[in-house]
Amino acid sequence: MASAGRPAVSQAPVVGTGTIGQRRGFRHDNLTGYLFIAPWLIGFFAFTLIPMIASLYFSFTEYSVLSSPRWIGLDNFVRMFTQDARYWNSVRATFTYVFTAVPLRLIFALAVAMLLNTKHRGVSLYRAAYYAPSIVGGSVAVAVMWRQIFGTEGVVNAVTHVFGIPSVTWLGDPATAIWTLVTLAVWQFGSPMLIFLAGLKQIPQELYEAAAMDGATPWSRFTSITLPMLSPVIFFNLVMQIISGFMVFTQAFIVTGGAPLDTTLFYALYLYRRAFETFQMGYASAMAWVMLLVIAFFTAIVFKSSSYWVFYDNKEGE
Amino acid sequence: MSATTAPVSRYLPQRRKWMGSLLHHVIVAGLGFVMIYPLLWMFASSFKAPSEIWTNITSLVPQHFTLDNYANGWKGFGGITFTTFYINSFIYAFFGTLAAVTTSAVVAFGFSRIPFKGRAFWFTCMLMTLMLPAQVTIIPQYIVFSKLGLLNTFWPLILPRLGGQAFFIFLIMQFIRGIPHELDEAAEIDGCNKLSIFTRIMLPLISPALITSAIFSFYWTWEDFLSPVVYLNNPKLYTISLALRSFADPSATTDWGAVFAMSSLSLVPVFILFIAFQRYLVEGISTTGLKG
Repeated sequence: MASAGRPAVSQAPVVGTGTIGQRRGFRHDNLTGYLFIAPWLIGFFAFTLIPMIASLYFSFTEYSVLSSPRWIGLDNFVRMFTQDARYWNSVRATFTYVFTAVPLRLIFALAVAMLLNTKHRGVSLYRAAYYAPSIVGGSVAVAVMWRQIFGTEGVVNAVTHVFGIPSVTWLGDPATAIWTLVTLAVWQFGSPMLIFLAGLKQIPQELYEAAAMDGATPWSRFTSITLPMLSPVIFFNLVMQIISGFMVFTQAFIVTGGAPLDTTLFYALYLYRRAFETFQMGYASAMAWVMLLVIAFFTAIVFKSSSYWVFYDNKEGE
Repeated sequence: MSATTAPVSRYLPQRRKWMGSLLHHVIVAGLGFVMIYPLLWMFASSFKAPSEIWTNITSLVPQHFTLDNYANGWKGFGGITFTTFYINSFIYAFFGTLAAVTTSAVVAFGFSRIPFKGRAFWFTCMLMTLMLPAQVTIIPQYIVFSKLGLLNTFWPLILPRLGGQAFFIFLIMQFIRGIPHELDEAAEIDGCNKLSIFTRIMLPLISPALITSAIFSFYWTWEDFLSPVVYLNNPKLYTISLALRSFADPSATTDWGAVFAMSSLSLVPVFILFIAFQRYLVEGISTTGLKG
């Protein structure tokens, strides 16, 4: 569901600022308040909270939908961690993907945002061209296209041929297949780029002017003004990209189908197969909970580390 | 947004500034072309004769322009044409978007403008759901929908959206924050209740946020693959995503012209919306990411 280019929500929830905190002179109006949020609240219980609890229960059972769930304790987890080689293949593929695609995508997004952060003419046209791949990026159509581009007879081989490089079976070679998916992800840097661009525009120009007068080089202006001033935005993009990176599904399903030799068998894809192709709902639920904990773990690490590298300029306020 | 300065170039002499500007355009345009080349390539290939697609491969101009691929592709597979798939996708995208955006607006108003006990707690719960992988909830949901006999219907796709979607609720809340509280207070003094404040005052004012949400919702529904592939396995109910998956199966198809034609066509609604509402999208993404 979460498409790869999905922009999302700020790291600093509005709790505690003017919106959610109590506003003076306003009476509590519990009934009206709960009536307004009732649709979400009902949906939250029906489609999130109760399913989560059910999923946790299923993870300790063997369950094929046709028969009723049978309690097997920690067996699913033991099997997953000690006997299932494919499980570890999927973990390896997913980590390789997340730890290359996410940094590369953010670096590209920042580099292009800086290129576009000028008053040159035609910036909005360029911005549209760079963002276009991202709005269609999650679609099956683009995944199908990608498969043909990297096919043996595809565009990439046709181009490298011109330079005398022999053809490569990009999708069939275990050494290269995952990089076609990483490339596909990096190609869709549009959403973080737009967020970086908006962040760059908020950096006061006086800082750069002062630094230029002091004779700072472009590189030191970048490392000592741009990066610190942009760090809240980098933090936000990093969190969102890590979360969506772990959930990548459609692209692998269509472009490589997990082949060759499970090198692109992403976690979400393997989970899908366990759940909806072999109907091992218990095992798949156990996998889903491990996934949730891993995502929570990495998100927590980024949050914890943020006090060391994220710089908040507090003068804005409400 | 528009009032920006290029800090560095201001200090350079005129001629170097001109050269720098040219170089900048060359780099940005060249890189931009590489970015959209794959999409242009697919659109161009969809107008090439089947014999030409893999021989005249890198060219963006068909030697013999043809619409045959579109005619052949539209016939679909198994006796079901793309007319069916488009109707299914529009049903899903329309009702999915309507459900998600309408309730998200109501809930966003509740969270931002009505003080009630437990508000901060539920708001935090809502933000947490943004991080939740769909895989954790989709298995129990699937089991319940299958026990209710609702597999191969659109209900499992649309019902979960009736509660609103956290991302849109948050996006609309961010927008409501910019609307002065004095408006609500004045209306309240005039005897308006919360419902009429919402329908008469808030709704017209937040329409830009509703448009942004609707466009994103349409995109994500149109491109959604996970829910349709789980719940729909009757080809008569296939959405475009599922149809393209089957249609482009490398072990079954050889007519790549038709595949490219149907893939390109499926992106047309997306690009039309993008061109028409670019401003809303750009601002939507920028503000959700920034004004936290």
